[in-house]
Amino acid sequence: MNRSTFLRWGLALATVLSPGLLPAAPPAEKIVILATTTSTQDSGLLDELVPLFEKQSGYQVKTIAVGSGQAIAMGKRGEADVLLVHSPDAEKALVADGAGINRRIVMHNDYILVGPVADPAGIAKHTAAESFQRIASGKSLFLSRGDNSGTHAQELKLWKAAGIPFEGQAWYQQTGQGMGQTLAIAAEKKAYTLSDRGTYLALRKKLGLAILHEGDPTLRNVYHVIEVNAARFPKVNSAGARAFADFLVSKAVQARIKEFGIATFGSPLFFPDAGFQE
Amino acid sequence: MDLIWEGLRKALELLLRLDPEVLGITLLSLKVSGLATLLSVVLGLGLAVTVALNDFPGKRLVIALMNTGMGLPPVVVGLFVTVLLWRNGPFGFLGILYTPAAIILAQSIIATPIIAGLGLAALQHLPPGLRLQILALGATRTQLVWLLLKEARLPLLAAIMAGFGGVISEVGASIMVGGNLKGSTRVLTTATVMETSRGNFDVAFALSFLLLVLAFSVNALLTHLQQRSRRP
Repeated sequence: MNRSTFLRWGLALATVLSPGLLPAAPPAEKIVILATTTSTQDSGLLDELVPLFEKQSGYQVKTIAVGSGQAIAMGKRGEADVLLVHSPDAEKALVADGAGINRRIVMHNDYILVGPVADPAGIAKHTAAESFQRIASGKSLFLSRGDNSGTHAQELKLWKAAGIPFEGQAWYQQTGQGMGQTLAIAAEKKAYTLSDRGTYLALRKKLGLAILHEGDPTLRNVYHVIEVNAARFPKVNSAGARAFADFLVSKAVQARIKEFGIATFGSPLFFPDAGFQE
Repeated sequence: MDLIWEGLRKALELLLRLDPEVLGITLLSLKVSGLATLLSVVLGLGLAVTVALNDFPGKRLVIALMNTGMGLPPVVVGLFVTVLLWRNGPFGFLGILYTPAAIILAQSIIATPIIAGLGLAALQHLPPGLRLQILALGATRTQLVWLLLKEARLPLLAAIMAGFGGVISEVGASIMVGGNLKGSTRVLTTATVMETSRGNFDVAFALSFLLLVLAFSVNALLTHLQQRSRRP
């Protein structure tokens, strides 16, 4: 290859690569970093709410969808501006620590115990604690998220409440993955698992897993919005965080949360709770 | 199996419909990984030439490190780059975390050792007398480097293809430093992961096919360049 062909190829390459590569980044005070759980993104809720907020407020939201554990850890280090999470104990610890402020309830749905339609452990029509005991005594395969997510925290709480040793048992396995993947693995392995209702409904058609236990008050799954404390982390965009949190609990958005999913899944995925006294 | 066919059909449909979102994601993948490869070519070949043309104590150690770097796990790179780029971290002042620039940076760290390692092997494989011969003909240092690179162009292009292949296909670093933000840092691999976890397997397959087509097109281009230059 001689020099001129080299230059020609280089020029062609540069033309392909250059246009609009790095769209002018908005100034930092216009960016809001939202750390949230995978369920709010995987269900599609944020795809509906975030563009609306951006249009109304002029902020640009960077949605980092990770487990609640990681989202809260990001808040604790001041690496996010606002959190939308569902791990109440860890949330309270964050607020008590002073890194999170103004924790407000946004919505809830519930956890469900799902498993193979044949239900080998016979957990249908039992309480959550009894169901867990039956899974353990029948040594039926149970899949845990094992990823420090809100769902994982809830599941650990349920095992502890049932008073069953589960760690290290052959029938208790951890996927270390998100809810969608864990449900898919449960479907493949005909295993039981704890899921949030939203993700399950979104995937239901492809799974062949049945809801075997639901409606227990211990299975409530509550989402809160928490602003990260700008007094502690000066780089936090407190105005943007406040605007997004206010947006989530506003009447109009709460009404949209109530409607969300009805058209696609036949039932709502989340129930608005703003202003509800816990 | 029917899922794969459905994915193929969906990929064609998305392509023919010129779905703007999918098109944007595909183009971004090409740009980000292309630029990262370009940067890695400059850095990697520079490193390879420097090491190949100079003798210094610890040269073998440096080569061993370069060769180890060829296997850098993308998630490890992603984790390091994320922590360094955090706004409260040492390079937070750059403000590039969760932007395409961060992905380019992380991918360059992945591809540079690949291109450097394979590039060095290509240069060292040249006949040892060649360098002396070129210098004896009165070439300047720049001319020497240019001629050596030209002489080793076949394996060097293979090195570039390996570097590009390494970054266009990685997901671990892109998702961590980019955040998979819609319309801004969502590339083909991170979008595939997300659609899979959403249970949209047909879309995930469609994106996978697009990724394969993209990788094939770029490699076909580079191969064309490589094989054409083989002719005397």
